[in-house]
Amino acid sequence: MMNEIEQPSPSKPIRWGNIVVWISIVALLGMAGWGLVQTSKTRPEAGQPAPDFTVQFLDGYQWEGRETATLDDFKGQVVVLNFWASWCVECRVEADMFEATWRKYADRGVVFLGVAHVDVEPKSMEYLREFNITYPNALDYGDRVSQDYEITGVPETFVIDQSGQVVYVQLGPMREATLTQTIEQLLAQGG
Amino acid sequence: MIVDIGYISLLLAFLAAIYSAVAAWYGKSKNEERWIESARNATIATLPLLLVSSAMLIASILRNDFSVEYVWRVSSIEMPTYLKYTALWGGQAGSLLFWNLVLAVFTAVAMANKWRSQKDLIPNALIVISLTQIFFLGISAFVENPFARMEMVPANGNGLNPLLRHPGMIIHPPMLYLGYIGFIIPYTFAMAALMAGKLDDGWIKATRRWTLTAWLFLSLGLILGGRWAYDVLGWGGYWGWDPVENASLMPWLSGTAFLHSVMIQEKRQMFKWWNMVLIVITYSLVVWGTFIVRSGVISSVHSFARSAIGPLFFGFVVIMLLFSAYWITKRRDQLATGNKLNSLLSREAAFLYNNFLIITILVIVFFFTHYPMISELFIGEQGFVGPPVYEKALAPLFTLLVILMGIAPLTMWYRSSAKRLGIAMRWPALAALIITIGLFALGIRHWGALLGLWATAFAAILTLLEFWKGTRARMKKGEPVWTAFSRLMARNRRRYGGYWIHMGVLMMALGIIGIESFQQETQLRLETGERLTLGRYEMELKGMERYPGPDDLLITEATINVYENGKFVRTLLPRTELYTRTGQPMTIPSIRSTIADDFYVILVNWEPTTATAATFRVFLNPLVNWVWAGGFVFILGTLIAAWPDKKKETVASRAAQAALGAAD
Amino acid sequence: MTSGRFYVSRFTHHVLRFMLYALIGLLFFMVALPAIAQDGSENNGGLKKVVTDDEVNKIARVVYCPVCESTPLDVCQTQACADWRQIIREMLEEGKTEQDVFDYFSNLYGPKVLAEPPREGFSLLVWIVPLVLIPVGVVFFSRYMRNLRADEAEVVTDTAVPPPTPANDYLSQIEKELEGK
Repeated sequence: MMNEIEQPSPSKPIRWGNIVVWISIVALLGMAGWGLVQTSKTRPEAGQPAPDFTVQFLDGYQWEGRETATLDDFKGQVVVLNFWASWCVECRVEADMFEATWRKYADRGVVFLGVAHVDVEPKSMEYLREFNITYPNALDYGDRVSQDYEITGVPETFVIDQSGQVVYVQLGPMREATLTQTIEQLLAQGG
Repeated sequence: MIVDIGYISLLLAFLAAIYSAVAAWYGKSKNEERWIESARNATIATLPLLLVSSAMLIASILRNDFSVEYVWRVSSIEMPTYLKYTALWGGQAGSLLFWNLVLAVFTAVAMANKWRSQKDLIPNALIVISLTQIFFLGISAFVENPFARMEMVPANGNGLNPLLRHPGMIIHPPMLYLGYIGFIIPYTFAMAALMAGKLDDGWIKATRRWTLTAWLFLSLGLILGGRWAYDVLGWGGYWGWDPVENASLMPWLSGTAFLHSVMIQEKRQMFKWWNMVLIVITYSLVVWGTFIVRSGVISSVHSFARSAIGPLFFGFVVIMLLFSAYWITKRRDQLATGNKLNSLLSREAAFLYNNFLIITILVIVFFFTHYPMISELFIGEQGFVGPPVYEKALAPLFTLLVILMGIAPLTMWYRSSAKRLGIAMRWPALAALIITIGLFALGIRHWGALLGLWATAFAAILTLLEFWKGTRARMKKGEPVWTAFSRLMARNRRRYGGYWIHMGVLMMALGIIGIESFQQETQLRLETGERLTLGRYEMELKGMERYPGPDDLLITEATINVYENGKFVRTLLPRTELYTRTGQPMTIPSIRSTIADDFYVILVNWEPTTATAATFRVFLNPLVNWVWAGGFVFILGTLIAAWPDKKKETVASRAAQAALGAAD
Repeated sequence: MTSGRFYVSRFTHHVLRFMLYALIGLLFFMVALPAIAQDGSENNGGLKKVVTDDEVNKIARVVYCPVCESTPLDVCQTQACADWRQIIREMLEEGKTEQDVFDYFSNLYGPKVLAEPPREGFSLLVWIVPLVLIPVGVVFFSRYMRNLRADEAEVVTDTAVPPPTPANDYLSQIEKELEGK
């Protein structure tokens, strides 16, 4: 069907109008197709590699003395990546549990990392102080980490193993038993 | 039972569309008219089938049959009856069924109507339209089935999205759909003409009134949508340059360009290719807009829930665009006419300037609307273009368009002399300037608004002069004023209907300049008895009240006395509504409207309200009612231009009857 | 009337050229003026200013809620939006400028929250495209129109051209056009 168009007879003048028509249609369809793929992307599920990220910690938080960190920096450790927000009611359910679990595993090769999703800095700090949270926390500047992990709401928690693979995804508040069990399993395998 | 009948009718309509496509194709290739006729009958049969199907869905909603998922989603027992009817198009699945119904109405009427007059185009038209129907009916029947059942039957439904619980919802979506889908008829006949190589004006003559009708409904949809936003969304405006709004504005723009440039073809046999391109662009924008909005590719406040139809719709868009582009480019040379412009000041040139301005506006709106996607594609980060940017980029173009609107009717076909144009424009330009200077003297210092007001006044004077000149010319023949005026309209409804439309647009322009440039607002917390002042208005909070409304509503209402220049004029009752079941809040403004301005009061519901105090946001919207009045004149003008020609129609139908008699 | 014809084309040429310059000028002013007007904010060092709701709304109406879909902060009804409005208020109380607030939000949530994308980096495209597109469009369009116009010689021989109708014969002109449709 399209052969006729691609091979114009040499005697015909170049029809710029036609070229414009075809180029714009191809460009539009390409863009829309790409957009469609983007929209239908979903969060990394268990078994898939965790997307890389860079975070900048909130005032008073750090990781091994640094103010920023990437996923690579945590290689070899179990990472519990928790998305939360100060305006999120359900996050409050799990906050104390996260802090307690973190204290339990802090020196056993487990990192907890809180990422505040669309939040305002003073409110985030207030929330962290309220729950006495000591593990590293960052504000998701530009919403980039949230977008890469395609989160659909808060709280959402990803457990990432020592090699950077997602092993567990929790939508909504995490249960203590599930978290402990997942971490123990990974530590057993990794150790 | 009711649900089964509905679904079976839907399936039958789907099968009928498939049959029609196959039979039309077979009949065309074998050149057998009975197959074509059979295909046409099958196409027309989709209408009663879809009527039954839609009636059954409405019946299920009315009977509160929550075993049907769609009913559970959009309706609830307590919902008022009129909203239950509108729930037919209140959600994705139902609105697709409604889309199909409207498509069937247009198709059936067009096929029955054009059967005799456009015989050469019918087979291809049937193929194009049936393929479209197969796609949409297929989606309704198999992907977004409105009759799908729930596993467990809930006791009550969710109810319609509160934003959509407005009388405007009865009429706004159907108007938009009629407008959208109406463009499929000219598109179909244009494609049929391209496929059949019948490149004369036949398709334009056959579909001119259809195009105008579709455009009328689209205009109505846009105006009503603006009014609905003004009444319900509570931000003091009517147009937010939201992707969904743009999706309906863009086909309106290209449709407007088409309605103008098509006159060049009728008169001068020029731009045949361009007119084809315009009608294809218009219909493509309808499909494209529906696709980007419904697939969630570009997110918007109106977005339907993302669903599986994205990839399917994309497939349809790909096929439709490639198919159209193939035929458009293939027939390009055959559509070329050697006719030339005689002058750059002629009527045909004026239509081309109009096309240039409108298409430039369209391209900019298209670019801005897609910018979030473009930005994400190139830098991996979503971007956004908000209303201020649209306004800055488009205001100069719209201003030029308004000026052109005034000048173009003065030009003549073939050529007009610059001198004559200059003479005709001189006094109106000066008069408009005097008006503008007067406004300046009254203290208006907004230079952009002054420029816009000058252009509007200039165009309005010229348009009114057109009416006057025509009427006076007839009066010279001895007719009294009103007879002269009405006969003038009646003799050339298309021309003077067009001028009415122009007047409507100019009135709307006045309103838009007013609200965009001179809107004032303030927000303040008031205790009972306290007052606030905005412009020449003052308002006093008399009291607060909270009471349960119908359904699950909790209403908080303020009683406000409004004073104009110190004199009491009206009591306003702005309120907020809380849908307690879903927790969704609504803000219902209360407005004091005059021809000069609207005093628009919103009860700000995110600030705490007590029994004696609340926070109010108050807008003073100058001239905004000119937008609605202009919209009314606009629609009136379109009706004048589109109203069927009685004399011609009866002649045509008599001829058709004669032909029928002869055939029998 | 030969000179008259010459006059027509020259006249048109000037009109088109004028329109082009006027358009570029208009666009320039529309983009540049507000930017110029914004300069000249003052800082009254350390003292907390009293910030009215109106000052907050003025900014909130051009900052969009990052989690909702195309909803500016001044009409958004969620708790998160209330927090963001509070941030705006606090920043203004500290004496920060409008631009500081925009920068803060843009840093935190990306440029997608600003109604007016920043005039730098990729989003400069939003400002450049119309500014380039319109003049380029005008140039191409006017060239196209000139090509489309019949040659002078052709025009002279073209007897089909009706002479300009005097204004008093307006009716006959209308009637003629009616017949011709």
